[in-house]
Amino acid sequence: MKLKTLSASILAAGLIASSAASAGDITVVSWGGAYTKSQVEAYHKPWVAKTGNTIKSEDYNGGIAEIKAQVEAGNVSWDIVDVELSDAIRACDEGLLETIDPADLPAGADGTAAKDDFLEGTLYECAVANIVWSTIFAYDKSKIKDGPTKMADFFDMEKFPGKRGLRKSPKVNLEFALMADGVAAKDVYEVLATPEGVDRAFKKLDTIKGDVVWWEAGAQPPQLLADGEVALTTAYNGRIFNAVAGEKKPFEIVWDGQVWDLDLWVIPKGSKNKDLAMDFLKFSTATEQLAAQASWISYGPARKSSSSLVGTYATDASIDMGPQMPTNPANLTNAVQNNFEFWADNADQLTERFNAWLAKG
Amino acid sequence: MKKIAFFKRPGTWVLLALTLGIFLLTQSFGVALVFFLTFGAPLYFMEDLPAYATTMDKIGKYIFLLICALIFLFLITPILIIIPLSFNAEPYFTFTEGMLSLDPSAYSLRWYADIFRFGMLEPDGVTNWWSDMWDNATWVRAARNSFFIAILSTIIATFFGTLAALGLSRPEMPYRAAITSLLISPMIVPLVITATGMFFFYSQKDLFPFFPDGLAKTYFGIILAHATLGIPFVIITVTATLSGFDRSLIRASQGLGASGTTTFFKVIMPLILPGMISGALFAFITSMDEVVAVIFLADVDQRTIPRQMFSGIREQISPTILAVATILVVISVGLLSMLEILRRRSERLRGLAPQ
Amino acid sequence: MSDSTSPILTADGTPLKAKLAQTTRRLRIKALLLTLPLVIFIIITFVLPIGQMLYRSVHNPTGIMVTPNFAEAIQEWDGEGLPDDRFVEIFVKDLALAKKNREIGKTVGNLATRVNYEIPGSRSLITSTARKAKNIKEGPYLDALIKINKKWENPAMWLTLQRASKEYTASFYLAALDRKYDDKGDIVMADELYQIYIPILMKTLWLSAVITLLCFILAYPVSYLLSTLPMKTSNLLMILVLLPFWTSLLVRTTAWIAMLQTEGIVNDFMVFLGVIGDDGRIQMIYNMTGTIIAMVHILLPFMILPLYSVMKTIPPSYMRAAKSMGASTTYAFTKVYFPQTIPGIAAGTLLVFILAIGYYITPALVGGNDGLLISNLIAGHIKSTLNWSLGAALGTILLAVVLVFYWVYNKLVGVDNLKFG
Repeated sequence: MKLKTLSASILAAGLIASSAASAGDITVVSWGGAYTKSQVEAYHKPWVAKTGNTIKSEDYNGGIAEIKAQVEAGNVSWDIVDVELSDAIRACDEGLLETIDPADLPAGADGTAAKDDFLEGTLYECAVANIVWSTIFAYDKSKIKDGPTKMADFFDMEKFPGKRGLRKSPKVNLEFALMADGVAAKDVYEVLATPEGVDRAFKKLDTIKGDVVWWEAGAQPPQLLADGEVALTTAYNGRIFNAVAGEKKPFEIVWDGQVWDLDLWVIPKGSKNKDLAMDFLKFSTATEQLAAQASWISYGPARKSSSSLVGTYATDASIDMGPQMPTNPANLTNAVQNNFEFWADNADQLTERFNAWLAKG
Repeated sequence: MKKIAFFKRPGTWVLLALTLGIFLLTQSFGVALVFFLTFGAPLYFMEDLPAYATTMDKIGKYIFLLICALIFLFLITPILIIIPLSFNAEPYFTFTEGMLSLDPSAYSLRWYADIFRFGMLEPDGVTNWWSDMWDNATWVRAARNSFFIAILSTIIATFFGTLAALGLSRPEMPYRAAITSLLISPMIVPLVITATGMFFFYSQKDLFPFFPDGLAKTYFGIILAHATLGIPFVIITVTATLSGFDRSLIRASQGLGASGTTTFFKVIMPLILPGMISGALFAFITSMDEVVAVIFLADVDQRTIPRQMFSGIREQISPTILAVATILVVISVGLLSMLEILRRRSERLRGLAPQ
Repeated sequence: MSDSTSPILTADGTPLKAKLAQTTRRLRIKALLLTLPLVIFIIITFVLPIGQMLYRSVHNPTGIMVTPNFAEAIQEWDGEGLPDDRFVEIFVKDLALAKKNREIGKTVGNLATRVNYEIPGSRSLITSTARKAKNIKEGPYLDALIKINKKWENPAMWLTLQRASKEYTASFYLAALDRKYDDKGDIVMADELYQIYIPILMKTLWLSAVITLLCFILAYPVSYLLSTLPMKTSNLLMILVLLPFWTSLLVRTTAWIAMLQTEGIVNDFMVFLGVIGDDGRIQMIYNMTGTIIAMVHILLPFMILPLYSVMKTIPPSYMRAAKSMGASTTYAFTKVYFPQTIPGIAAGTLLVFILAIGYYITPALVGGNDGLLISNLIAGHIKSTLNWSLGAALGTILLAVVLVFYWVYNKLVGVDNLKFG
């Protein structure tokens, strides 16, 4: 009898869990960790306070697989998703996203229309950029005294011995390899478009292959550095910044050869809460919110009108956020913008080659 | 054969001396204990050698037993070792100095507390702590999903599986081999293939009654998937029970005037019940352990314990996972004991008492 | 007085033979009916989904969905050189129409993705051409396309479009076997640097064989010991086999990570014993070694249980008899004992091998880069690169391999002999 009531209550509990979603509730999907936290502080909390709706926050590791699966199955549970540019373009091309009219977006705080206020190349048919982020490499100052300063140092096993952390993907790694091999930032994609260029990049990666620890989630690289698992690691600049500013880790970013990219909001087609999602999108990409996010993580806002509002770190006023941004002129001296078209065209093939290369042990 | 007591054999004294030596050398109680058990267990089982055995025979036997002991050690160590590790006060996966010297402050329950606290809105809140934990703690939710899915899929698998096993074990059953291999195949076909097929099939709209949006991302879809994966185990265990089943009992019952239903519930059922229950336990543990179908079919709300462990291990492995693992080991021990009791009961019922 | 030639009749006057046949038939149908619900259940939840997946590996009508008129027309093209302008005209018009279509599965992006699988770089070619297609008002259409992008001069582009415009395709099986169409439409091996599926499939088979062999080597002595010990002791020791068997796969995988990682217990222990230095810690997990160790541990009970159940039936007196007649231990073992255990060996090895080929979770967690198996690639195509047809083709190949071994298992061992514990 006891067992019966117990199992009955377990069943009931399960059934309740299955019908949890209610009206005024949207699911916002992002990259987790410090990045999601910055969005929660700058977007979610004020929006919830203002509208009285609730937000379910979910983490993912990028890619459009889940969006595609949901949209094609016609069972869309993600309402708004933070994606990389190349993914936004591909998903939009395949009809997986709702279109977004820039005219619907709020004007800047200074009254500039949205389409002029957003930085060039940040508004698309189905996507609105919120931030500029960057992949850089970093090291632990307390362990390496005269630290690396340029991209080539990352591949220099003699000068800087120890394991290397790299994202398990051909993206960015091939660009880094070419820059380390002496290709100028502006020529990277031109070289990479040729078979010889791809060979050259892989050859450069070969030189460190035996010492690489591959990471997949953005939260991993700071952890790898902190645990001493790696001496140098590529990482998203905001994650390293937060480990430094928030947790007082002695990490140092090397900006040379940074590959910067956009993160954009997209709304999967058939979202059950499309209007709410749109409202959240407009709210979160307003001048003030973008600037507020920049006080929580060192990613540059996509609106010009936000830049002047960027001040100091939210929990430590002694840290000026400006120099921490990928878009800070001093950090842009040798930098590449991720070429979404190149990756849209070549990701399939290069991923195959990358996997074949990895599997060769 | 004359048995010589363990402590009267010369080998035992050599072993004790060596263990003492190791202890003095390493200053570690644990190392000495492992050494003593590994090398002592074979010695303990040496007793049944006949008197005419030569020294070579004895050494050969000892080496054989030692190899077996090492294999058993290989089998069981990983499972036992996570238990003390889950009480580590430090966020490491290894024994700290303090743990080795049995310093109480090196042990803590923090990872067990973490199971309940992780994901809670206000882990340190005072009001509504219990409901907050029940509704929001990630692992608690996962456990609820796991049990819910496992219980329902077990019921489905056991019902259909037993019915089919009853048919399969009838002597008149046609196409037995073909049908059996079909019904066992969910166990054989790689899970990735099964899960991929279900992912596409269950995602279709307007195909399933009551589920216009498809079965993917519904509890029902996962329950069906898990029932499918559990069925082979039910079939195997129930047919095994039925194969030792004396069919003349059915004829006797019928001869005495019992109806088909009475025969089933009064004669067949009690005899196959242990097999059914162990089949159900297998189906239950299969569902509790299954992660591939969940990865492909489940929504984030439907995450189960193994799914949560999977992403935990992939992304940020923390000792909380060891604490969860320890709890799962305890559950396994419970299920295994139940199975053992059932097996004994079944043997007693059928008059096959162990020698 | 019954006539010996007339048939024996039952009470109601029907011949006994007919009555017996009738009863047997009824019993057969009854038995069949008992299994029917489950057979239907399995067909719906298992066979149909897999069948549909197999279908997906050859059925990819993207071209027909996106550019239907062109897809129909281009089949008339002989594939020599560049297509006539009348085909190109239909293509341009279809493309302009498709550009406006945002229906899932019918967008220009879908066609671009499909063609890009075969010719890398054609995604942007097709999407950018589609944006300009509505501005092309008059012929020659081919020249207009070439003006937009010189890649349209490549005959391979048009051959691929022709192939993508068919209902059924073999392209994904070719890709799954590291083959592709060359510029003339002939099938050739893919460039060595891009070959991955056959090497990984071979590696999967090879690794499974190694794992099976290791399981056999470890299981044989243990099963022998268990089968010869008194029941009470062997039941006790059996717990050491059954507990791992009943413990969650993820728990065991986690345990091996804790044991084998560089800062883990095995390394710590070896450093403690002085076998290796603190800076000489060995990488034993997140690579092939880790996959092998963890999988042997996980699959070992599947080898021990069938071996044990066969060995238990071999009377120990056979070995004693052989020895008393003067056979050496080795001789008695190889000639008398071992042959009798072969059914158990067949059952165990085949089962372990079959299970190993399809493993996904353990390699995904501890395999690192060189410990990945074919299942991981399939999951990758389904879950992240989204090349579902290729994933399905790879899945079909893997399924075929597994079914062959399952068939052998059935012939040699018989599924009804499968037992646990």
